[in-house]
Amino acid sequence: MREAEVGRLLAANLLRALAVVLTAVAPAFFLDGFSVLGTHLTWLCVCSVCVATLNIILHLVLRPNQSPKRRSFAHKISRFLKCCIYFFMSCILFHAIIVLYGAPLIELVTETFLFAVLLSTFTTLQCLCLLGPNIQAWIRVFSKNGAMSIWESSLQITSMCSILGAWFGAFPIPLDWDRPWQVWPISCSLGATFGYMAGLIIAPLWIHWNRKQLTYKSR
Amino acid sequence: MQRWPVVLFLAWVCLLFFAGIGLFMSGFLLTRIELASSSSCSDPVVPPLWERQSLPPGSCWAPQRFSKAVLIIIDALHFEFAHFDPAKTSPLPYENKLGVLHQLATSQPRHARLYRFRADPPTATMQRIKGLTTGSLPTFIDVGSNFASYAIQEDNLLAQLVQNGRRVVFMGDDTWEGLFPKKFFRSYFFPSFNVKDLHTVDDGILQHLYPTVDSGEWDLLIAHFLGVDHCGHKHGPNHPEMAKKLTQMNEMLRSLVDHLGNDTLLLVAGDHGMTETGDHGGDSEKEVNAALFVYSRTPLFGSGPPEEPETVPQVNLVPTVALLLGVPIPYSNIGEVMAELFAGDSDAVSAALEQLSVYHINAKQVYRFLQSYSLVAQDLPAEQLQHLQELFSSAVEEHTQLLTQVHGTTVPPELKPRLGSLIGRFQHYLREARAVCTQSWARFHPLRMVGGCILIASSCLLCYMASELAASSQSLCCSCLLYPLFWGPVGAALLWLVHVFTQEGLDLLLVSSWAAAASQLGFFWHWWGRHLKRARLTGSQPPLASGGLRQRLRAWLGLAFPMGILFFRCGAMFSDSFVVAEARVAPFLLASLVMLLVGKLHWDGHLTVPEGPKQQLLGVSSYRREIWYLLCLVAMLLVCVRLSSFFHQCREEIPQCRPSVFLSPLASLRNTRAKNFFYLLCVALLAGLVYAVQSWLRHYGNLNSSDPLVLFVRWGFPLVVLCIACYWAVASSVDDSLGRLQELVQVAVVVFPRAVYGLASMGLLLLLCNPMTVFAKDTRELAGSIVTPYLGVPGSEVDFLHVIPQIYKRMQESQKSRLERGSCRATVAAYGLGSVYSAALVIALTLLGFLLMLLHSERLSFAFLLLFVEAFVLLHIQTCARGLARDAELFSVPWYAVISWLLAASQFFYSTGHQPIFPAIHWNAAFVGFHLDHSMNLLPAVLVGANTFASHILFAVGCPLLLLWPFVCEMSNSQRKKAKKESQEELQEVEEHMMEMRLRESPEEFSTALLRLGLKYLFVLGAQLLACVCAAMILRRHLMVWKVFAPKFLFESLGFVVSSICLLLGISLVMRVDCAVSTWFSQLRLR
Ligand SMILES: [Zn+2]
Ligand SMILES: [Zn+2]
Repeated sequence: MREAEVGRLLAANLLRALAVVLTAVAPAFFLDGFSVLGTHLTWLCVCSVCVATLNIILHLVLRPNQSPKRRSFAHKISRFLKCCIYFFMSCILFHAIIVLYGAPLIELVTETFLFAVLLSTFTTLQCLCLLGPNIQAWIRVFSKNGAMSIWESSLQITSMCSILGAWFGAFPIPLDWDRPWQVWPISCSLGATFGYMAGLIIAPLWIHWNRKQLTYKSR
Repeated sequence: MQRWPVVLFLAWVCLLFFAGIGLFMSGFLLTRIELASSSSCSDPVVPPLWERQSLPPGSCWAPQRFSKAVLIIIDALHFEFAHFDPAKTSPLPYENKLGVLHQLATSQPRHARLYRFRADPPTATMQRIKGLTTGSLPTFIDVGSNFASYAIQEDNLLAQLVQNGRRVVFMGDDTWEGLFPKKFFRSYFFPSFNVKDLHTVDDGILQHLYPTVDSGEWDLLIAHFLGVDHCGHKHGPNHPEMAKKLTQMNEMLRSLVDHLGNDTLLLVAGDHGMTETGDHGGDSEKEVNAALFVYSRTPLFGSGPPEEPETVPQVNLVPTVALLLGVPIPYSNIGEVMAELFAGDSDAVSAALEQLSVYHINAKQVYRFLQSYSLVAQDLPAEQLQHLQELFSSAVEEHTQLLTQVHGTTVPPELKPRLGSLIGRFQHYLREARAVCTQSWARFHPLRMVGGCILIASSCLLCYMASELAASSQSLCCSCLLYPLFWGPVGAALLWLVHVFTQEGLDLLLVSSWAAAASQLGFFWHWWGRHLKRARLTGSQPPLASGGLRQRLRAWLGLAFPMGILFFRCGAMFSDSFVVAEARVAPFLLASLVMLLVGKLHWDGHLTVPEGPKQQLLGVSSYRREIWYLLCLVAMLLVCVRLSSFFHQCREEIPQCRPSVFLSPLASLRNTRAKNFFYLLCVALLAGLVYAVQSWLRHYGNLNSSDPLVLFVRWGFPLVVLCIACYWAVASSVDDSLGRLQELVQVAVVVFPRAVYGLASMGLLLLLCNPMTVFAKDTRELAGSIVTPYLGVPGSEVDFLHVIPQIYKRMQESQKSRLERGSCRATVAAYGLGSVYSAALVIALTLLGFLLMLLHSERLSFAFLLLFVEAFVLLHIQTCARGLARDAELFSVPWYAVISWLLAASQFFYSTGHQPIFPAIHWNAAFVGFHLDHSMNLLPAVLVGANTFASHILFAVGCPLLLLWPFVCEMSNSQRKKAKKESQEELQEVEEHMMEMRLRESPEEFSTALLRLGLKYLFVLGAQLLACVCAAMILRRHLMVWKVFAPKFLFESLGFVVSSICLLLGISLVMRVDCAVSTWFSQLRLR
């Protein structure tokens, strides 16, 4: 059962990575003059939306955390609204943290905010899909031995890789190479994206290699 | 461990670092002293004989041969670029491109000649321009009258020309603008900064060159082309682009030659060569091998060119051009005239006489320079100067002898060989003199650089190991730490003995570094011996290999995260872009470190409530309540970090940067309303700072006694603020608005800062004399009552004091045993004993803060406020984090705390408006409280140094707070706990309020803890320094070495010196308080 689940995880993650790659390539066929570097804002929007949609679809299809109880429709709606609010709040929070880290305060607000949205898509949205608007569960997942399934392990790894990628993405900005991708926030968003994709690939492999040590607490 | 060994050992470690810095600096930074004197026409350099032979009009020391000259500088014109070899069939991109030079030299051999032009290191453009105009060997630091601008203060060719009424026209590289402000008759500057831009400067020059030449309104025309150099940096010499660039230069020269008149001398020179990668800056053969081409329409040379082009040192250009144009040779020139240019087309004898006379002038000028230089500086060896003097006087003697036998231009035939030999003797003197100067001014000493590096690196290692060692054992480390102190002098003495036997001069620096190395070896030797002994001891017992290994691995992983940040910080020193952007790098890393700390605490589950069965069932965790406190602190820290970026100064490397408006003094504000607003804000801020410090002290009960120090805190602090406010008001008022009060203002500007200095030094003295801020309430006479406010002694006295007394348990017990007979449970309540160490430090820091704020411009006090808030928040964060992680080792300060403390220190170096470059130094600080004339140099240096390293000073002095703060905060934690408890338990609670008295409980551990903290601090500082030193050494050929790395190294090492001294002072202050506390207790016991 474990092997099969890892396989499903791998497939889902590969699909997500493929979607990210497609967002960089595909829009060029529909939009004139589209390129990741040139029209970075467009790409940020496209990428966030696509990854978000795919994540939600995958969640609905795979249902990694089947809850036995059937909930009412109203409950579902309120849950959805809560999710939306949480997502928006995480965007704001990321924006604030990015600005506190040294991003320009007034100029390039759109860029910074869309970058925050991208980061939220890579991290918060997955949490929302997998765990729902349940902060306590989030806290548990992001602590040592907190993951209770391979899906949660994967969530841990991809989120951390995204953040780490964004952090490393800030490194080339001061260099005097005069490359187009050194402009804020391109290097950071690219770093986050590469980190996310790396996380997607690493997670199943890591789980596969450590399957002996990984003993998830049963619920 | 006693107190003295700790301070001694730390001082010894600092000295090790200093020796390393000194050794490296002596090999890397070559210094020279600039003389202010300049030559003039009337100088008695010219022999009296010449007075008879009147000079032609417009000539000074020698007859003018050319009325005009064109100096074309092609930056980085390597000799190979200018050399033409017709035999080459397939030339490289840079070969055989300057055909016009070859063509002129072969068709008119007496008019044109190509030389190898040897540049002196450092081969950076600015230093070369200085060398090409002063005729000296500029080093990185030319100690002169003015650091604030790059302008050349020394006597130079351009100054001489201007002084003698010539017109100098310049076009090209805008470096010259800074070097020679207001010297040019007309100038066309073009930006030189962008190395990627090959054409702006060259095209700009070409646009103006020919019209200017044709207009004739100039006497010296300088055109500095940058394209070749930039092409080298961008593509390297071996690139088609270089061929294009050189061809362009060829065309330029070809048409320029057609525009020249008969009375014009043309010089084409490269300021330096380039390496195979197109860089320069060092002293390798390729970099120093430039080209010089001389041409005139009238015959210059007596004979044709030699087979192989001659080699001419770069400094020779200055005396040659000066005498050819008929102006005095610049005062500090050490070059030798190029005699063949003075031959002209006359016969051999008169040519020789002519050459002799210019040599004589030249030698006299060099002699005069060496004489006055040796009066102000000792860096030229005395015996060599003696030798030079002998050479000179014998040559001059022979010269006068010879001249008596010469009449007019007729020379007796037997004198002709003597003429030749005399020229040779002058030549010999000039070359020797230059060699002596070169040896001490223009050469890196790789051995010394490597030695300095190794010394610093091993000192870092020593710091790390000693800090670990001190943790493992206390009793033995004294021997291990103090033996090396004896090894050092032994090593130095050995070296001295060797020198005594070999009869050589003793270099103090070498001796001290030798002593440092010897004592380090001693330390490592002792350490190894102990290690072996311990290994033997533990070898007999069954090893705990697996557990030990895992534990060690975990410890290493725990270290990895703060050390990783430190690693990034050090790595950033190796890139010029990161050094330029360090003002943003340090806060970034600080924020990352703190966020990582919180993340790690969370990951390890320290932030969540331990899981009960219920939570386990639900699979959820919830946070402890302290987390909100921690998060608030982190948010505050991030906000402080972000706000501090509004106070940055700019460097010229970032052209779009605008310096912060807060850096300018209030006096420069035009808008009166804004000025008043900011003034009031600054004063309010100072008052707020005083209020905050006083209420902090009051909260911990340190503001109750009637000791002079406490009185000073109560009344002296507001007085200091008042003085500062008055000074700011006077200094920022507009000068002319005050009218007749002008004289009063002049006095006030001096008096108020001096009052602040006086008050602050008085406060610091009081602090040293009696650092106790404890108010003891002896109630032994009052029978039957224990005085603690928690028991609620009736009476308003306690409310009035508004304090929390500290009852020291052991003291209480001892008192109890002595007073048992009276069966009264009397005791002594000591108010503020629990924070006595921190209180002293806080008072010292506040006083220092006032002093440093005074030295900065008014509105930078906002930055200082941020500094204090950030330091406060950092202390709380580390206390909180250690509390959450249930860190049992209260006596050891974790690495992340030390590293974040130092990151904050370097962050605020930038946030107080500084940058590690010389033009960014706040020179105004030297005149706070003193008039413009400084008779001595020490005071302004101290003031400017304190201004520059303000944040280093504050953070280093405050470093012991990292150790003390968890003890101080202990109270607030237990208080919170207590709130829930019953009143019966309170007494017990009170007795556990030991706070900093825990440190006194175990004096051994206290000393060790201070030692470890100091060592950790020095390790982190030393690691940063090591990175800077290595960067400067490895990248000494880098384009930016003299602009970025060398100043950075200089500032970093000075910062290290200041920080380490202040660290020692801070630790000594804590020790002083400890002594005072001990005497206080003994007195109490005697009573
Ligand atoms: Zn140059
Ligand atoms: Zn260059």
